[in-house]
Parts: sequence; structure tokens; C-alpha cells
Amino acid sequence: MRAIMPHLPALQVVVPLIGALLSALLRRGTTAWALALLVSWTMPLIAASLLLQVLTSGPTSYHLGGWAPPWGIEYRVDLLNAFILLLVSGVAAVMMPFARRSVAAEVDQDKQSWFYSMYLLCLAGLLGITVTGDAFNIFVFLEISSLSTYVLIALGRDRRALVAAYQYLIMGTIGATFYVIGIGLLYLVTGSLNILDIAERLGPAAAQSSRPILAALAFLTVGISLKLALFPLHVWLPNAYAYAPSFATAFLAATATKVAIYVLLRLFFSVFGIAISFEHLPVSEVMLALSVAAMFIASLLAIFEQNVKRMLAYSSLGQIGYITLGISLANEAGLTGGIVHLFNHAVMKAALFLVLGAIVFRIGSVKLADLAGIGRRMPLTMAAFVIAGLAIIGAPGTAGFISKWYLAVGAFQKGWWPLVFLILASSMLAVVYIGRVVEVAWFREPSGLAEKAKDPPLSMLLPVLVLAIATIYFGFDTQASAGIASQAAHALLAGIK
Amino acid sequence: MTSLAAPPGFVLILGALLLPFAKGRLRSGVLLALPLVTLWLVTQVPDGEILKVSFLGFELVPLRADKLSRLFAFVFALMAFVGGLFALRQARTTELAAAFAYAGSAIGVALAGDLISVFIFWEMMAIGSTLVIWCGSPSARGAGLRYAAIHLFGGVLLMAGIAGEIAASGTTTFSKLDVSTLPRWLILAGFLINTGAPPLSAWLPDAYPEASWSGMVFLSAFTTKAAVYVLLRGFPGVELLIWVGLFMVFYGIVYAILENDMRRILAYSIVNQVGFMVAGIGIGTEMALNGAAAHAFTHIIYKALLLMSAGSVLFMTGRRKCTDLGGLFRTMPLTTLCGIVGALSISSFPLTSGFISKSMIAEGAAEQHLALVWFLLAAASAGVFLHAGIKFPWFVFFHRDSGLRPAEPPINMRLAMLLFSALCISLGMAPGTLYAALPYPVAYVPYTASHVVSQLQLLLFSGLAFFLMLGWLKRTLTITLDTDWLWRRLGPAVLSRLDRGADAAWSTLTAGVLFVAGTLNNSLHRHHGPDGVLGRTWPTGTMALWATLMLCAYLVLSYVGGPLR
Repeated sequence: MRAIMPHLPALQVVVPLIGALLSALLRRGTTAWALALLVSWTMPLIAASLLLQVLTSGPTSYHLGGWAPPWGIEYRVDLLNAFILLLVSGVAAVMMPFARRSVAAEVDQDKQSWFYSMYLLCLAGLLGITVTGDAFNIFVFLEISSLSTYVLIALGRDRRALVAAYQYLIMGTIGATFYVIGIGLLYLVTGSLNILDIAERLGPAAAQSSRPILAALAFLTVGISLKLALFPLHVWLPNAYAYAPSFATAFLAATATKVAIYVLLRLFFSVFGIAISFEHLPVSEVMLALSVAAMFIASLLAIFEQNVKRMLAYSSLGQIGYITLGISLANEAGLTGGIVHLFNHAVMKAALFLVLGAIVFRIGSVKLADLAGIGRRMPLTMAAFVIAGLAIIGAPGTAGFISKWYLAVGAFQKGWWPLVFLILASSMLAVVYIGRVVEVAWFREPSGLAEKAKDPPLSMLLPVLVLAIATIYFGFDTQASAGIASQAAHALLAGIK
Repeated sequence: MTSLAAPPGFVLILGALLLPFAKGRLRSGVLLALPLVTLWLVTQVPDGEILKVSFLGFELVPLRADKLSRLFAFVFALMAFVGGLFALRQARTTELAAAFAYAGSAIGVALAGDLISVFIFWEMMAIGSTLVIWCGSPSARGAGLRYAAIHLFGGVLLMAGIAGEIAASGTTTFSKLDVSTLPRWLILAGFLINTGAPPLSAWLPDAYPEASWSGMVFLSAFTTKAAVYVLLRGFPGVELLIWVGLFMVFYGIVYAILENDMRRILAYSIVNQVGFMVAGIGIGTEMALNGAAAHAFTHIIYKALLLMSAGSVLFMTGRRKCTDLGGLFRTMPLTTLCGIVGALSISSFPLTSGFISKSMIAEGAAEQHLALVWFLLAAASAGVFLHAGIKFPWFVFFHRDSGLRPAEPPINMRLAMLLFSALCISLGMAPGTLYAALPYPVAYVPYTASHVVSQLQLLLFSGLAFFLMLGWLKRTLTITLDTDWLWRRLGPAVLSRLDRGADAAWSTLTAGVLFVAGTLNNSLHRHHGPDGVLGRTWPTGTMALWATLMLCAYLVLSYVGGPLR
């Protein structure tokens, strides 16, 4: 045990990577699932011990292959990425039992082990992005997670999944290209790829070559905005989420965009620092405007959408707007709000998409009209939908309230009154689109499809309920979520010096 | 009994969550036992801050009691019990669970010691009550959504105000506020929306009557009265409230007289009665505040009684419109009797509960020499008798024979009505117990000869007016005359013209609003609908173009911004 402790940062990535390879060799979906389950359940253990380590003795650094940074690749774990590691691996671990039946029902028999292989590859990529302290290494893992994501989406049985995956591939590649161009520019200016090292060298370099630095910031911001689906670069997301297999949607919605947001935080605060990110370019103003646009436009799109899965995808876009809003506020409360919403939204959206997965499993449709009266047939599942839906709205007593609270306080501290209203008024739109589903599901006579439905088997029901209860739990006990988020925000704002 | 850490509201809320699992007799038992346990717990809560928890870095006090909060918590718990008794045969357990969670949250508001707890319970009330409405008629769907939207909008104002208040003052304690700062105005606005104050009064008569026969009984008690409680606690003596209250009083009367649906009449009269309380809070003297608190207490009881008799009629006949009803006293004598007791109470007949509470508010105005306020309150009392005191029982139970011969409602419903009827009368005859429970010491004697005589005169004359004009009451024309009689000083001609003008203006306004809303909806749908420009799938090239445009924008901005440092 003592021997592996120092290697935890590397294991966080290597284990799912090996798991992906092994899974590709397996024939049977169930065996591949068991392997994926084993890997997924190991990940949060590693992440949790890393977090504990950071909490007790500060950031840790791991030199891959023994090469010292800045020449070698450094895995650097501080509070922020330990928190994200735990979030991503934790949500994946909770969701994993759900996968067996859901994937068996939605993915062709011969492709199931590929599905789990891609899932593990994607997990490895996401965890890799989070754990690494090397800007180019982030690009590599970004590509790993993206390529596997395209496959995950394309494995959906709906023919439109192929088009959605193709569009995402194009957009994702543009995003990754922009990212690598940005990193290239930074490398030209500073001669380093290590995040800490770049940050240190950026100050002196800024005096003589400021244009490339600003261009790098522009490329990186747009590239990552594509990956996190910031309005108006979001159009790949609704289709990708709507037509991917249910489990893939839930996994991606809970983790992929969140990790992209983490990269944005890292770039803005750890690499460029607030001075360059927000004071020279109007990045924060532009991002603020786009975030508010996302909050409203995406929510309106959700209101008119008849496909509930697509509706939730739009809702995700709006919720991402809250997170980027918190980032663009760039004060402690706002940033805390952004980070804690990143966490909370992952939990509640995972719950909501899993509910839809359970509905697909039972009735094979997510059209609003087909969901009429399904509440009485699948009471526990739909109760989870109501709870997670309340969290999306931001009702007190749920995790969503905590996020909104910090965001509102952050806007207050800036003295931006109208923004407080916009934050809160946009949650009214969430009332409409969530309320619509709740009303149809609980207060109408069952539709033909819903008539025969019943709650899914325990292996699917349990993850849904655990996540739903978690949205309530994190609405009351905020030590684990908001507590760590505010420490991380504090550290980000203080800079890395 | 020493300190009791369980907040009474939680008992109801948690019980509500278990209710869907109870069936048959067990469900009935739980329905009756839960509120009784809560009621007992409320009486056991000692004064002071009982429970503190840490949340978001603040110290919350979800349980704090003094006389005022205990008074409201008590009547809320009592209401939950009688409402539960009345609703024993409600088939939809969802409604009962929602109603109990709603009642528990209202108790939570009354016993909350800090603003954040108030807000949390406040929003839970909004959710619970929306569910209660949704369990009603098919037309309740839209009404429920509108109701939820308005209340969550109120919640938005409240939360913005509370966040600002805490950011400014650093304390979360919920005590007397003034209206010196913007956040406090926001808090006041959030509270007022729940009282049914203008300009959003219409949510109440829009949504409540769509609830089921039992649902509206619950709805009538909690939301508006919890709002009265928080105003009593937070904004006593804010002068604006006098005028807001008076507006509500007359708004309720005018629309109730125009109305044909028996439960909508009673819904308007909730706005009207809450108007009296809000005006009392605005006057702000100890007498007026006591009056507002006492009136909230008695009003919950007699309004629930009225709605239970209306609910019994709806339950037995399935009809809501006055024009479809009438002559029911033949076969529903007990329901009729209880309805009359409620009607007399709401009209403040001597020896009923309304008399001993409403008169305190008028007395508060008189003490402050607010002549206009006093006069308007007195005139309104006559109006209340017209619309709720006589109109409701007359058209439902007497008037012409509709040919309906419904039986009396089941025993549990009769018991519930009898219980509240008895309370109405005993409170009216022996007000001492209630007076002793009011927040300030009471030195007020309601039964003086002059007071009783003047009240009786007022009521008898308005009663006389009702029957003299009965022939016209079914036509709109009389409404002008009626109002004109109320407002004496305005000539009938002026008023009828005004009324016609207002009618025309109103219909233009509604048409305009509908047109704008329709256009807005169309354009929203055109852009945001599944086939709209924002909703349909863009070609990949367009997406790439947008990414390029964003990049260009940033690059240009960086060029314009000049070099670093």
C-alpha cells in the first residue's frame, strides 16, 4: 500500500487507460461492464486519497518517468483539480451500475465491449486533463477524451447520432486546434509547456511580446469555449446529447463540459492570471454577456422543446451559463458560485439524464407526450426527476440553491443589481421547462406507452436515487461542496505565486 | 417540558413525505395524528431561539418562538388538523401530502428566526401549494403554472433582497426592518406578492378556485397569512401598507360582487380580508397590530369554514356557479347553517369571531385619528357583508330552487365544519383567550353598546340594500348602483360612466396585453422553437463560422486594446 501511495496521480490515469485496452479485448458486454465497474469504483478511492493528501499537506507534484519539470511532464494536484477529480470519478462510479442494463438495451450486442472501452478511454482522458500540470499534455488528453466521445455518441442506435457525432467531431477538432495554436504561441513566447513555468515566465515576457500572448489568450478562450459549449458555440451539444445512448449522455453531461470549464479556470487564473485575462482583454465582459445570453436563450429553447432529452441538453447549456458567469465575475463569491455550481450541476444533471435513461429503458421514448402520466407508473424514478428538477430551478433545500446564492452574492459584491435579477429571473424559465415535464408526468392520464411502464430494476433505480438524494444532501451540507469550492476560489484568486 | 429541538413544521413535512405509503385506515390515522402532534409541539415551544444550525457560513435559527410566532404556528397547525379531517375522503393522496408539506412549511415560516430560514420555508410553501392546485380540476394545470411562476418570482425578489440585506448588514436575524434601503424594499415586495397585493392580486382568484374541493380549504389559510405574519414581524408601521391594504379591501369587494363562481367569490374575499390585516399592519400601533394578528387568526378559521361549506356543495353536486345552485338548504341544512356561521363571522356580526378581531383594526385607525382610513374600513365592512356575508349563502343555499337535492356531506366533513363553527362562535362570545395570546397586551373591550349598535346598523342597512336590489343583482347594471351606495359621495351617473369607461379601457388593455403576449410568444417560438433559427441544427459550416467570428472578435479586441502594460 505504501509503495503505491506516491504514484496515485499517475494511477488515476493509467488504470482506466489499461482498463480501456483490456475491455477492447473482451467479447461479452457484461464482462466489459464488470471491468469498467471495477475501474470506475477504484477511481474515486484514488481521487479521495489525493484530495485528503492535498487538504493535509498542500499541493503535490508527481514527475512522470522521474523527469523533473519543466522538461518532464508534471502531474500537479492542488485543491481545485483534486476536487474535480473526485467529482468526475465519483459521479462516474455512482452511475456505473446503471450502465449494464441501459447499455445492453441501447447498444448493439457486438459493440458493447467497445462502448465500455471508449467509456474508460474517455474517463482516462478527462481525469488526465484534470490531473496534469502540463499544457501540451492537456491537449493530448483532450484529444483522447474527445475521440472516444465521438465514438460513444455514434454508438447510439438513432441514425441521427452519426450526424451529431460527425458535427461534434468537426467542432471538437476546431476547438482542439485553437487550443494547440494557443499553446504553441505561449511556447514561442515563454519556451515552456509546464503550466507553473509558463505562468512564471509570462510576466517578464509580457513586456516585449504582448501581442502573441493576447492572441494565445484569444485562441485558448475560443477553443475551450467550444469544448464547454458556451453560447453561441454550443450547437453541437443538443444533438450529441439527444441521440447518444442514455448512459453516454448522462456521463458526458456530468463530466465532459465540467472538465473543459476546469481547463478554462486553470488558463485564466493559473496561467495568465487575472491581470491579463480580465483586465486587458474584455474577456470577462464578453463572457458575462454570453453567459447571460446562454442562461436565457438556452432556457427558452428548452421551454419549446418536445424531446425531453434534448430539453435537458438545452438546460445544460443554460446551467453552463451560470458557471461561466461565476468565472467572469472573478471575485471570491462569484468564483465560488461558479465552481460549486460546476459540482452541483454535475450531480443533478447526472440524475436527470439517468432518469431519462430509465424511461428509455422502459418505454423507449423521451417525447414529452409519451411521458404523460408516467409519474404514477414509475413513481420513484419520477420523484427523483422532481427532486433534481427542483435543484435545477434552484429551490432552497437543494444543491442548486447554494450555487445561486453564491452567484447572487458575487454579483452583489460587484454592485451589479440588474445581474442579480437576471440570475434569479432566468431560474423562472427553469420553472417552466421543469414544471412542464412534472405536470405532464404526474397530473395527466397515462399515455399508451406509459400505461405499461414501471420503475426500473434496482441496479438502475439505485444510482438515480443516490444522485437525487445527493442533490438534497449538498443543499444542506455545504462543507464538501461549497467549502472546498470557496477555498479553491480563494487560491485561484490569490494566484499561484 | 424543557427545550424541544424538533421544529414542529418538520413533523408535518416529514410526515407528508411518508403519507403516500400509507393506505386506507392507516392513512386516515396519520392524517389526523400528524397535525395533532404538531399542534402539541407548537404549544411546547418555549420562548427564544431554540435551535441553531450553521449553513453557508451563517448561523441559522430555524426555531425561534415568541407570542406572535406561536399564535400563527398554532392556528396553522389547527388548520392542518381540521383540513385533514375535512379531506379524509380525498382520493388523491398527493394532494394531502402536498397540503401537509405546505402547512408544515407555513409553520416553519412562523417559527423561523432568520431570513434565510424564512426564505427556505417560503419557497417550500410555494412548491407545496402549487402541487395542491395541480391536484384540482383539469383547468388547474395552466393556473398552477401561472401560480408557481408568480410565487417563484416573488421568491426571486425576496432572495435578492435577503442576499442584499445580509451583504449590507452582515446579520441574518429576522427582526423589524424599515424601508430605508433597496434590499428591504425588495424583501417587502416579495412578502407583498404573497398577500395578494396589487398589482398582482389576480393570482389568488385565478389559481385557488381551480383546486379540488378540499385543496382550496388548505390554500385559503397558509400563503396569505404567512405573508401577514412576516409583514407583522418585519414591516409594522410602514405607511404604504395602509393604502395597499385598502386597495386590496375594495378590489376584493368589487370583484366578488361581479363574480358568479361561489369559490371565486370567496377567493376575492380572501384578498379583501387580508387587505384589512395589511392596512392594520400599516397603521402600526399596538392596537392595530394586535388587530391584524387576531384577524389573521379568526379569518383562517371562518374562511376555512366558508370554503368547507362551499367544498361540501362542490363535493356533493359537482357545481360551482351561483346560477347553477340555489335552494340547497332543504337537503343540506347543516352545511347551510355552517355556511351562515362563517358568513356572519366574515361580516363581523356581534357574537362571532370576526367582530372581535376586525373592530380592533378600525379602533387602531380611530386612535390615530386616521379619519379617512377609518371611514373606508367601515364602508368596506358593509361591502364584505354584501359580497361574502349574504351573496354567498343566499345564492348557494336559498334564492330560487335549482332542483338539486344533494344529501349532507359525509360525517368527517360535517364534523370539521361543526368544529370550526363552534370555534367561530366561542371566540366571538369569549374573546379573552385569543386576546391573551396576542403579541401585545390588550385593553380592548369589543362589546360596548355603541360599538355593537353601530355595527348592527351597518350590517342591517347593507343587508336591507342587498334585498332591495336583489332584482338587479343578477344584471351588471346594479353593480354600479351597488358600488355607488357604498361610496355614497359619487353620483350613480358618474360611476356608471366610469364603470363603462373602465370596462372599455380594461378590455382594450386586456386585448393589448393578449396581443403583445401572443406576438411575443410567436416570435419566441419562431426563434426558439424546435424549428426556429436557434433551435434547429445548424450546418457544420455555420458552427465553424461562429467559432471563427468569435476568435476574430477577440483578436480585434486585443489589437484595439494595445500592448500589455
